Amino acid sequence: MAIWLLARSRTIIQRLPKMMPCFGVLYHSSSSFHYSASPSSSFLMSHGPRRLTSGTTPFFFFFSRPESTKAHTQLEQLYTSEDDDDQAIDFPGGKVAYTCEMRFISESAEKRVPCYRVLDDNGELVSHSNHVQVSKEMGVKMYTNMVTLQIMDSVFYELQRQGRISFYVTSMGEEAVNIASAAALSAHDVILPQYREPGVLLWRGFTLEDFANQLMGNKADFGKGRQMPIHYGSNSLNYFTVSSPIATQLPQAAGVAYSLKMDAKNACAVTYFGDGSTSEGDFHAALNFAAVMEAPVIFFCRNNGWAISTPVQEQFRSDGIVVKGQGYGIRGIRVDGNDALAVYSAVHTAREMAITESRPILIEALTYRAGHHSTSDDSTKYRPIHEIEYWKMTRNPVNRFKKWVEKNGWWEDKDEVELRSSVKKQLLEAIRVAEKTEKPSVEEIFNDVYDQLPSNLEEQERLLRQAIHNHPEDYPSDVPSRRHFPPISVPEEYAEDIFSVSSNCSPSANGWRERDSY
Amino acid sequence: MSASLRRFGRWVSLASKREFSNFSCIEKGAEGSWKSLNLYSAINQALHIAMESDPRALMLAFPVPLGRLAERFGKNRVFNTPLCEQGIVGFGIGLAAMGNRAIAEIQFADYIYPAFDQIVNEAAKFRYRSGNQFNCLTIRAPYGAVGHGGHYHSQSPEAFFCHVPGIKVVIPRSPRQAKGLLLSCIRDPNPVVFFEPKWLYRLAVEEVPEDDYMLPLSDAEVLREGSDITLVGWGAQLSIMEQACLDAEKANKQVSKLSTQKFLVGTWVWTIGTRKHRKDGISCELIDLRTLIPWDKDTVEASVKKTGRLLISHEAPVTGGFGAEISASIVERCFLRPAMDMAQFLASCNMMSAESNFPLTCNGHGSVFGILQHDLEAPITRICGLDTPFPLVFEPFYMPTKNKILDAIKSTVGY
Ligand SMILES: Cc1ncc(C[n+]2csc(CCOP(=O)(O)OP(=O)(O)O)c2C)c(N)n1
Repeated sequence: MAIWLLARSRTIIQRLPKMMPCFGVLYHSSSSFHYSASPSSSFLMSHGPRRLTSGTTPFFFFFSRPESTKAHTQLEQLYTSEDDDDQAIDFPGGKVAYTCEMRFISESAEKRVPCYRVLDDNGELVSHSNHVQVSKEMGVKMYTNMVTLQIMDSVFYELQRQGRISFYVTSMGEEAVNIASAAALSAHDVILPQYREPGVLLWRGFTLEDFANQLMGNKADFGKGRQMPIHYGSNSLNYFTVSSPIATQLPQAAGVAYSLKMDAKNACAVTYFGDGSTSEGDFHAALNFAAVMEAPVIFFCRNNGWAISTPVQEQFRSDGIVVKGQGYGIRGIRVDGNDALAVYSAVHTAREMAITESRPILIEALTYRAGHHSTSDDSTKYRPIHEIEYWKMTRNPVNRFKKWVEKNGWWEDKDEVELRSSVKKQLLEAIRVAEKTEKPSVEEIFNDVYDQLPSNLEEQERLLRQAIHNHPEDYPSDVPSRRHFPPISVPEEYAEDIFSVSSNCSPSANGWRERDSY
Repeated sequence: MSASLRRFGRWVSLASKREFSNFSCIEKGAEGSWKSLNLYSAINQALHIAMESDPRALMLAFPVPLGRLAERFGKNRVFNTPLCEQGIVGFGIGLAAMGNRAIAEIQFADYIYPAFDQIVNEAAKFRYRSGNQFNCLTIRAPYGAVGHGGHYHSQSPEAFFCHVPGIKVVIPRSPRQAKGLLLSCIRDPNPVVFFEPKWLYRLAVEEVPEDDYMLPLSDAEVLREGSDITLVGWGAQLSIMEQACLDAEKANKQVSKLSTQKFLVGTWVWTIGTRKHRKDGISCELIDLRTLIPWDKDTVEASVKKTGRLLISHEAPVTGGFGAEISASIVERCFLRPAMDMAQFLASCNMMSAESNFPLTCNGHGSVFGILQHDLEAPITRICGLDTPFPLVFEPFYMPTKNKILDAIKSTVGY
């Protein structure tokens, strides 16, 4: 039944008159950024089919289609036929024209939405490329941050392999997405990350020591050792704490953005997520809320091809993520995620539009998860090595940006050597110190469940201290115990011992893998 | 492999603090060959059997490491889904309602919450709201602590589902149990949430019958018999409790035990107690609940009536955990009960003063008897997770450890 319907609708679509060229839509914002298309495109201006909020001028760019293309895009079918203009349904939300033709909207356009880029794989500006200018200072800072992120990833990954931290996730292959997007934002913009965006935090000033402390879960970790490694967060850096459940941050981002708007802040919310996350209900809730509430939020999708072992073809049948925005009335752009300049320009412009026009923007960055999903994963089991190699080498975002910085005369080999050795040194020192730093003390188990310790937890803390006193060998020795309770339940003679726990066991950092295979 | 070894299975304990001993198992309908399997492989075997024995069985999950299952049964029957738990369960409900045997998997129990609505409002009520017109699915999810899982790879959310009429909740403790129980769950027409102790996936190794066999649901199993205290648990926690039982048996020489009896005197209840100093260790009875809902109250009740004491242990936070339900039910059934009915009582009297208000008597052996007797000789104890989110570096503190249980056994018995 379903198959028959699909076949039918396809036939109907194919028989539609090929009247009009396909067109893309770009709204010219009030920002200083200007878009220009490649010279092969001819431009026409027209009035848009939708009403726009004030301050915006719509531009429709009509691309002439090669003769051979048979496609009819969704837009084409929607707006190009012998619609009977005289007759329309006056429907809530706006008039809808009648048509006598029975037409199904195509499930997809024949041509995929193109991907905006500025630099080619060799770090050359593509001709007529249009992008936001990047100063020398900014360019060098972006590059050094990308390299720092790379070094962090390789050192921390190795640390996990040695069993010194229990878990790690790299951002390998997504350095440009991380750093360039962060660079295009203001420090007041509020970030709601997934987990593969430590570069954004690095850019904002989270130090190598901060990273190392979180990974070690020591007392200097803002999260007080309670969460798994890589669950960073810093309210002062406007970076929400990472939470493992996928996509939960997305509707929250719409709320954050709405609040920024209410406070008339010159800032937006920015939330990052993978391609897999877009399947969760929260993604859809988020986009719809953001659109309806006119929330200044940038939805930044890192489409890296894989969600653990699930390739995008098994994740969705749309043309990626960018097209989903339109379904919710959200403007979007697809950008080459391995091109730092393109990411920078797109985010910079999106930010302007989001804030000045109070609207959500969807950015889909095409990139690749060049590493395993996490230290619990072996991606060579489900994807070809040559695919990984191609993205690691040919499409490497750091190398590409480096070539551009070098061509500008901003960067030399000796800078590279210096940078790498100094970052590495600093990192190893941060790790050394973090490793030696003691764990948060026992009371931190009970603090922060609520703002104040309720009686059930007070009671449980007492019982736990008694248990520690009775069996110190059961508890890790690097977790100190500080809170002094009135010695109600603690017999006098024990009181001293209870507050100094000693043992030699600590949580194991091996064995279990996130995903076992059948 | 000798028959006895087969019966008792082999538990392999690695570097983990989880240790195992010889739990006996039911081997219903398992006559053929046996193979040493870990819990993960045993579940895998159950899935192969379920798929093979029913052409309408289907498996769905994100992300299914399909491997041999997909190869063998085809991608139409074993499939990877988009990353959406509510989708997985909703889709599975649809499959099941159309007469398929849907086996849905959620990657971690911690990620079952996006599907909560589908499970609680839909799966649980499909049968009831339709007047018994639809059957439902099985949902598998790895649960529990694992040493370094932190907030979102450690939770034990069973109690949420135990509060939902219409759902069954099953948790196996070992490879052999897992296989037999999972096959029962899959073939049960009701929605079942099957939580798998992921810590034991590789650690628990046991002889498992290769055949197709099922273990009964809602049937608790007494793993070891004892006379002083009953311990009730499920899943991975049982191995910890077992260790505590063994230690209690060995260690405890000096605990004094108070035996009490209650007497009804007019409208007053009198308690007479004698403190016996035990010379031997504490004899613990250990029960694997296996099915948490609908649970086997009778087995637990019978045991508590025998031992007079109850300890419940689970990893989930103590407040509102399923231990609370067990505790409440057992207090209802075992707090006070007539030791015998009045007729029996009168018959057993060989001396009775008609004028006396004191229905006190001596039996032939001269011991004192009352008409009301305490089944519970000590408060029920719960040794469970703390009322906090699951804290990574504090996991050893959070956990209901062997020694926490052991100490509780001692103080309960010495109450
Ligand atoms: C609600 C929920 N379900 C499942 C998981 C397990 N999980 C962790 S990461 C991940 C894949 C996410 O993929 P994607 O969003 O594409 O991000 P990527 O890892 O590719 O950066 C999954 C399924 C989870 N964390 N949360």
